[in-house]
Amino acid sequence: MKTTLVLSTALAGMAFAATAQEVNVVSWGGAYEVSQVEAYNKPFTAATGIKANMIAADDPATPLKAQVEANNITGDVFDLAMADAIRLCDEGALMEFDPADLPAGADGTPAAEDFVDGSLGDCAVGNIVWGTVIGYDKTKFEAEAPTTVADFFDTEKFPGKRGLPKSPKRTLYLALIADGVAADDIYDTLATPEGVDRAFAKLDTIKNDVIWWEAGAQPMQLLADGEVVMTTVYNGRIFDAMVGEGKPFDVIWDGQYLEINAFVVPKDAPNPEAAVEYVKFATGTQPLADQAKYIAYGPARQSSAPLVGMYQDGTTEMAPHMPTEPEHLTTAVVDDPEFWADHDAELSERFNSWLAGS
Amino acid sequence: MANALDPHAAIATTATGLTDGALRTADGRPLVRALARSQSLARRRAFLLVLPLLAFILITFVVPIGQMLQRSFYNDGFSAHMPQLSQWFADNPRGVEPDDAAWTALATDLQAAAEGRTIGIVGTRINYDVPGTRSLFTSTGRQVRRGLEPPYQAALLDINEDWGSPQLWSAMRNAATPLTGNFYLAAVDRSRADDGSIVQVEERQQVYVMLFMRTFWLSLVITAITFILGFPIAHLLATLPMRKSNLLMILVLLPFWTSLLVRTTSWMVLLQQQGVINDVLVWLGVIGGSQRLQMIYNQTGTIIAMTHILLPFMILPLYSVMRTINPSYVRAARSLGATSWTAFRRVYFPQTLPGLGAGALLVFILAVGYYITPALVGGSSGQLISNMIAMHMTDTLNWSMAAALAALLLGAVLLLYWVYDRMVGIDNLKLG
Repeated sequence: MKTTLVLSTALAGMAFAATAQEVNVVSWGGAYEVSQVEAYNKPFTAATGIKANMIAADDPATPLKAQVEANNITGDVFDLAMADAIRLCDEGALMEFDPADLPAGADGTPAAEDFVDGSLGDCAVGNIVWGTVIGYDKTKFEAEAPTTVADFFDTEKFPGKRGLPKSPKRTLYLALIADGVAADDIYDTLATPEGVDRAFAKLDTIKNDVIWWEAGAQPMQLLADGEVVMTTVYNGRIFDAMVGEGKPFDVIWDGQYLEINAFVVPKDAPNPEAAVEYVKFATGTQPLADQAKYIAYGPARQSSAPLVGMYQDGTTEMAPHMPTEPEHLTTAVVDDPEFWADHDAELSERFNSWLAGS
Repeated sequence: MANALDPHAAIATTATGLTDGALRTADGRPLVRALARSQSLARRRAFLLVLPLLAFILITFVVPIGQMLQRSFYNDGFSAHMPQLSQWFADNPRGVEPDDAAWTALATDLQAAAEGRTIGIVGTRINYDVPGTRSLFTSTGRQVRRGLEPPYQAALLDINEDWGSPQLWSAMRNAATPLTGNFYLAAVDRSRADDGSIVQVEERQQVYVMLFMRTFWLSLVITAITFILGFPIAHLLATLPMRKSNLLMILVLLPFWTSLLVRTTSWMVLLQQQGVINDVLVWLGVIGGSQRLQMIYNQTGTIIAMTHILLPFMILPLYSVMRTINPSYVRAARSLGATSWTAFRRVYFPQTLPGLGAGALLVFILAVGYYITPALVGGSSGQLISNMIAMHMTDTLNWSMAAALAALLLGAVLLLYWVYDRMVGIDNLKLG
């Protein structure tokens, strides 16, 4: 498999192999970064001779926005949530991609059809489908384990601190679900002022029991330290803690928040050719499938799905841990990137005001 | 007596030979001019010596801060990308209903902005004044990219009827000139109504005034605690024999030399619910296992960690002043019949005031602008105004708002400095 991979990319790489180039990839750090280094960077460098450097950020959109505002771009490729990619594309900060330029799937499907719905933007090429789920410490709930989002908000039945991210996007939906809004109606509700008030009112009920986290690695740390008994967490991170490190944690898939991440290249990237080459390579069928070998995130290409098999330990089946597993999708909230592209600023402001005032 | 190296002698000898009475140097030039020349030379040399520092301060401090502050009242996000509509606003005073020319200008600008992918910038600018309108611009932009037919008013209202909202037109008019005071208004929880008058924002969105108050109040509390904790230590340092006081001094300075982040995270380890202090209290049986104290991720955490971090800034100026206080004054007071409390209050304490003033001012000003410690240990109730500034810098990317908040904070600190100067006198300050 590896030889076909090298062969298939050798042609594309030849033009660049001669010049010693490098590309700076800004991503989310932690276990996710490891999966990208193994699945994208190493084969990319082997095939093209271009060195790929990883830069970690809590959310790569933050440094990118600041770099655009300051007119001083230092990263070449950024791994963004789709909403940020759309927003920055609207502001003219990103290079546009034509799906026709992207390599076809390994089974010959053109890229435009191969990528799952919503994973190709004007300026963005999807890489993973991932979920924000609730993780809990099994040892703290030996009598009865929590199973739903409502349990997360029930501090009487399940006492203990909760971990939540300091961001409206990954907290408001949770409050609405706990308050009884159906997963499909989340965005219709959030679009109204009453719906936003309702979400904040529900968050108010657990405000004093929440420890807020910012970086993706923090919730697992809080859970491992016993500072919280339950926290929302990116599904790949808790998979890494459960399977990779053998921690006694478990996942509540109810009300998981499904999102697509995408690679973007800023217009004024220092190494634009290498950056585009990297994006085309990394979002190919095989690298996307390989990525899933290291962390439980679903590939954004349909042609990659059949190639996903075992975890790197060779004994753990990946499918039950994937956010895209049909069983996990029944109550999932699917991210609406356009909603967040348009409302993130105002809801962030409201959220931070709410957080600071108490 | 005449010595060639003695300038006075040279002047004296020359002066005697002259009739106009003006003092002259040995080579016959008027002394006043020669002196002025040599002094200006010295001044120029001194200026050249500080030139690197001056340039450094100018480039790294004055210019960036000036640019940043400029953003608080200058934002061309709308006017630069919507030139025709901005021109229409300039030609027609407030009160004129948008006519065909206005709608045509709006449509042309929208099309150009959508093509140039600057529509997001325009929408973001209006969104600051009318929350929720960013989507109006971006979604309209996606549609006009496919083409737009006149009459434009009907076409735009067809896409979204919000284009007819008077609030929107008022906000666009405000944004049509890059100069604006709206960010300052927002920074004190005010906004502009449709008719241009200033009103308070809704109660649930009022946050900045409360945060300013909290910042100043917590800074005062922290200054007071550092004084209460630091004064005895500084006194001890100043009065102990050298060998012991040096050892004590190292204990004061050691944390001072340790990284701020290390100290803050150590407090997290100590204070958190599963942390050292709670463990000890539970082990001693002072509190039950389920009543662990919440000492961090709230205001308490912010006060404890910041007091510890700022303590040396109080101790060091106090110490340097106390060391110069002659102990015989207090002895004299005691021998004249003062009790030890009176001697302290009337004789010793007033002499420490310059150090206390310096320490308090240092601690207070540092505390007002503190960012990283409250961000890490403050939870939600321990957040300060600086955390809001940081949020606007990195999160919402509303740099104009961040600049307005920062300018207000700077202004408030300068005002306090001025009050301090008026009440205590800045000459009374002794930093060490």
